[in-house]
Amino acid sequence: MQASIPSIVGQMIVFGAFIWFTMKFVWPPITKAMEERRQKIADGLAAAEKGARALQDASAKSEEELKVARTQAQDILANANKQAAQIVEQAKVTAQEEGARIVAKAHEDVEREVAHAREELRKRVGELAVVGAAKILKREIDTKAHADVLNDLAARV
Amino acid sequence: MASSPAEYVTHHLEHWASGKDEAFISTTAWHIDTLVVSLVLGIFFLTLFRMAAVRATSGVPGKLQNFVEILVDFVDGAVKDAFHGPRGFLAPLALTIFVWTFLWNCMDLIPVDLLPLTAKHLFGLEYFRVVPSADMSATFALSLTVFALIIVYSFKGKGAIGFAKEYLTHPFGKWMMPANVILNTVELLAKPMSLALRLFGNLYAGELIFILIALLPWWAQFIPGMGWAIFHILVVTLQAFIFMTLTIVYISMAYEHH
Repeated sequence: MQASIPSIVGQMIVFGAFIWFTMKFVWPPITKAMEERRQKIADGLAAAEKGARALQDASAKSEEELKVARTQAQDILANANKQAAQIVEQAKVTAQEEGARIVAKAHEDVEREVAHAREELRKRVGELAVVGAAKILKREIDTKAHADVLNDLAARV
Repeated sequence: MASSPAEYVTHHLEHWASGKDEAFISTTAWHIDTLVVSLVLGIFFLTLFRMAAVRATSGVPGKLQNFVEILVDFVDGAVKDAFHGPRGFLAPLALTIFVWTFLWNCMDLIPVDLLPLTAKHLFGLEYFRVVPSADMSATFALSLTVFALIIVYSFKGKGAIGFAKEYLTHPFGKWMMPANVILNTVELLAKPMSLALRLFGNLYAGELIFILIALLPWWAQFIPGMGWAIFHILVVTLQAFIFMTLTIVYISMAYEHH
């Protein structure tokens, strides 16, 4: 067991050199890397939180948008239904009017036909009567003298 | 075993020195074994840590970087707890002390005869002591450096006047100046003494026990050897930790006003 002064001095010099080396070349890079990693982790956590918040916002927004779209769709559907009913109603009215018009026209046509036929018939009957009368009264009847009688007869038929 | 137990023990406690000097405090003999072993261990420590520092990435750390970062973080935390000044010098100092003394102490766990016999057969060295912290030269080298730093930090923290004032008037006031001076001198000198002798005493005693266990018959060595080695794992770590912590505490006490 012995303490040696030269050894002590030598060890102190070595120790000083080691401290210097650690301080210059070991400590700073390692602490820097650790600090950078700490910063990275902090940034990552902050970003994750931000992302989660953005997601929440987006989902709330989409929910709202969906609600608006749904009500809009309902409105459109109701409108369409109403419009369709209106169109059907209108078509019904138009059809009825058209039908009535056709029927009226047909009535009119029939009436006119009947009048026409009656007129024709009247004329024919008149002529027939004149021919018949002429045949019967061959000689006695003067066409001119009895024309007004015959005309009267024809009008009565 | 050719020699007697007493010869075996004294042989193991003899340094590989540059010259024969029987004095308790030698002024001429270099303890070459202590210097070589501590230098090799220190270079191992610095190489390992420098490798980690060069490859250090702020991304996913490798295993080496992880290990080094745990140590760095632990030491930085210890310094931060006790010292409230700039840590640019003190934290690397504490790291150097912790790892270096830890490696010194670890040499105690290597079987006592392994390295001396290797040195004897390979290099023809008669004496070879492998535990630097069981040599007062090594422990006093650390503690005297710390002592110098205590003085430096006292001046840095309080200024020359503040330091002188505290030295002369603390703790009993200015009318008890001689008592203050005596007390403060004792306190100041006790710090490096206690630092160095605590580490030296623990490791020297540990080494001695291992040497005594090695004197037992071979079949009786296993259980006490293992028990003492397991216990010594604690001592090795604890002594390195205590040396580092006390260094930080002493320097922060010197730096701050009371």
